Amino acid sequence: MRLELRIWRQPRRDADGDFATYHVDASPDMSFLEMLDVLNETLTEAGDDPVAFEHDCREGICGSCSLMINGRAHGPEPGTATCQLHMRKFRDGDVIRIEPWRSAAFPVLKDLVVDRSDFDKIIQAGGYISINTGSAPDANLIPVPKRSADLAMDAAECIGCGACVAQCPNGAAQLFTAAKVSHLALLPQGQAERDQRVLRMVAEMERAFGSCTNYGECEVVCPKGISIEFIARMNRDYLKASLRAGSGRPKGSG
Amino acid sequence: MHLDAKIPDGPIQEKWDRHRFEMRLVNPANKRRFEVLVIGSGLAGGAAAASLAELGYHVKCFCYQDSARRAHSIAAQGGINAAKNYQNDGDSVWRLFYDTVKGGDYRSREANVYRLAQVSVNIIDQCVAQGVPFAREYGGLLANRSFGGAQVSRTFYARGQTGQQLLLGTYQALSRQIATGQVEMFPRTEMLDVVVSDGRARGIITRDMVTGEIRPWSADAVVLATGGYSNVFFLSTNAKGCNATAIWRAHRRGALFANPCYTQIHPTCIPQHGDYQSKLTLMSESLRNDGRIWVPKDPSESRAATAIPADERDYYLERRYPAFGNLVPRDIASRAAKAVCDEGLGVGHGGRGVYLDFADAIERLGKPAIASKYGNLFEKYERITGENPYEVPMRIYPAPHYTMGGLWVDYNLMTTVEGLYATGEANFSDHGANRLGASALMQGLADGYFVLPYTIGDFLSRHMGEEPLPTDSEPFRAVTAEVDERLQRLLSINGKRTVDSLHRELGQICWEHCGMSRNAGGLRSAIDSIRELRDEYWTNLKVIGSGDELNQSLEKAGRVADYFELAELMCYDALLREESAGTHFREEHRTGEGEALRNDEEFAYVAAWQSTQPGKEPILHREDLDFPNVPLTQRSYK
Repeated sequence: MRLELRIWRQPRRDADGDFATYHVDASPDMSFLEMLDVLNETLTEAGDDPVAFEHDCREGICGSCSLMINGRAHGPEPGTATCQLHMRKFRDGDVIRIEPWRSAAFPVLKDLVVDRSDFDKIIQAGGYISINTGSAPDANLIPVPKRSADLAMDAAECIGCGACVAQCPNGAAQLFTAAKVSHLALLPQGQAERDQRVLRMVAEMERAFGSCTNYGECEVVCPKGISIEFIARMNRDYLKASLRAGSGRPKGSG
Repeated sequence: MHLDAKIPDGPIQEKWDRHRFEMRLVNPANKRRFEVLVIGSGLAGGAAAASLAELGYHVKCFCYQDSARRAHSIAAQGGINAAKNYQNDGDSVWRLFYDTVKGGDYRSREANVYRLAQVSVNIIDQCVAQGVPFAREYGGLLANRSFGGAQVSRTFYARGQTGQQLLLGTYQALSRQIATGQVEMFPRTEMLDVVVSDGRARGIITRDMVTGEIRPWSADAVVLATGGYSNVFFLSTNAKGCNATAIWRAHRRGALFANPCYTQIHPTCIPQHGDYQSKLTLMSESLRNDGRIWVPKDPSESRAATAIPADERDYYLERRYPAFGNLVPRDIASRAAKAVCDEGLGVGHGGRGVYLDFADAIERLGKPAIASKYGNLFEKYERITGENPYEVPMRIYPAPHYTMGGLWVDYNLMTTVEGLYATGEANFSDHGANRLGASALMQGLADGYFVLPYTIGDFLSRHMGEEPLPTDSEPFRAVTAEVDERLQRLLSINGKRTVDSLHRELGQICWEHCGMSRNAGGLRSAIDSIRELRDEYWTNLKVIGSGDELNQSLEKAGRVADYFELAELMCYDALLREESAGTHFREEHRTGEGEALRNDEEFAYVAAWQSTQPGKEPILHREDLDFPNVPLTQRSYK
């Protein structure tokens, strides 16, 4: 199959970018990233700068890959990260537009590579349980109802790719944040810090990202099918924590 | 060089406790005076960085990915072993120890393995407390499954994403320390060399992968937790960025490299489907619990799999190994698949595949039961191949997956360079010649959470009051200049071939001659071919762009240059080892039935190699292994 690619090229973070057009021959059995590999081999042999794009495990679990394909984060196949998308989903002669994640919070570093470090800062703000190595009780001491454990796992499946932010018209990170807040709030181990966790993580999220107005596009493009119900769960937690904290802010936050 | 593994005295059950008591401590006020560099943020690195920071050390942690959450530990599917005996089925620390030594085909170090089994129980406690959502029974207690041929249920799991959940636990612990400032995290930063002066590691040289800045870092100790080297084969289940540069540079600076020929080929991967293929995808080996493996009996068979009647199929594992059937260990299942394909019975692209068939299981248990166990794996298979495994058998083929070899370390996980440690897959010590399923996660976390944080304290306590070497000192300047020179050299070759095309060719040589089965003639020819191709690499490589920008071709070029050297050492090691042990199968050394034949008289040792100039033979050092606790027997899974 012969395809026309329109790819965003941008040499550096502070440089202007533009779309460049390329033609590539692909096989339906190729993955989308293998199709880009083929393009890059051709570009390199011709002495042109290959297209920079983020990828690592190519198994849909590390969350590195991050392409807007024809305006949709991770492309046309539901529940599938870019690296697991295969060319059989396209047809001979298709024109494919490939862009980096669209979000002010994810600045482009080069071509299709963006900086997602604000996600790490949300986790650093409280997305953990404070337990030092060596101080854990026996693992079976606290039974966890299977339903809670399963639901926590549903939330914990988030791969931190940023598709939710990229697709959101507001550039909001609610789905990402809610997934971690819910994962930990659903487990007995996460109760002690539950209030301060949600308050701090939401504060950090609001600092770096846009606000959620319930478009729901995040859920549609999430490669792991994280449910938007977790956002409602986080909002409930946030409200309760705010009321308990009185001032609406965590203690010590000024 | 005398290799002293520093194994503590006393009965094996008491060694670790005794050692922990005998090791010197660093008082809390002094811990903050020490700085440790941790390279890699996977299970071994992330756990070590977080735990050291909790203890009060100052830690700098580096990873090449854009976030510490993405290290390739994340891709482990099946589970993590621990001797909890929650299922009351006769498991114990001793049994896990015994199984691991036997599974490693008696080429691991007993004392290390025993310690691994001991701390396995603490790992599960730690992870649950961190909020890792392991699978649970309806009563709310933890679920287990049997895995990889074990006869007890000791594997803990989180759907098919155990590695992901464990890594996120580690990442969360690390994030907490980053928030306090106790850990400084440097993502998108690749270590390109280690600085060794007076036999001691003094720091590292890194490249900022966005700006290209080369920077020296000085510290009191350096921990390499940078994973394995399966990508030497080009096609493997490793992430594309996985590389051996950190351990290889350490090797070139004096750290011995142990057992490089022990590379694990995982039996259940999706077969290659084209020449453009970039990597191979693992399908969890838990599929072998219900799937039946077969090939057509007739090499000229052309019917669709479902149209071939049962009596015209060869269920070769069930036939050859009636006791274990489809659940034989990985090395045996992989070799058997290769053997039937070599006979011309393979299926799919290039005849390199065998069927993994769920039809019987679906008939026996029903489709919903199979879907609940393997649904996500079936979906993944269908996404990649376009075939529905509920209706037609999966096709699978072995693929490079894990490397048991790595930097030689003593009982304290220190390499032969003082102050330089290696943990997780980057070291060699615990899995011998073959790793059992669900043991990689266990070892990474054992090293990171429960071993290194203790042993490094003993080393640091002996260097109290010493100042780290300044980064503008001669040793740092010299290594920085070498790093610069090497990058410039790669950029200035300006030949005709891409990194990938040369890497692919290197991978083919390794796969052909140093893969699942090896012989002396093939290995000798591989060494020659690798040298020739390496010459071409350094004269005909084409890397576009410059060093002071985000340049993915340059990143790859440096890594592959190191693979070219490592590949040669791997072949030397395989050539030296005139026996078959675990994954290392020498065609000259097999039993009458074609199984691996060890030679304990001559080869019950660790081959630890000292680096010489490339193109010259490396120097062998031996650490003799003895097995006072697990009697040596020939493995049999008949």
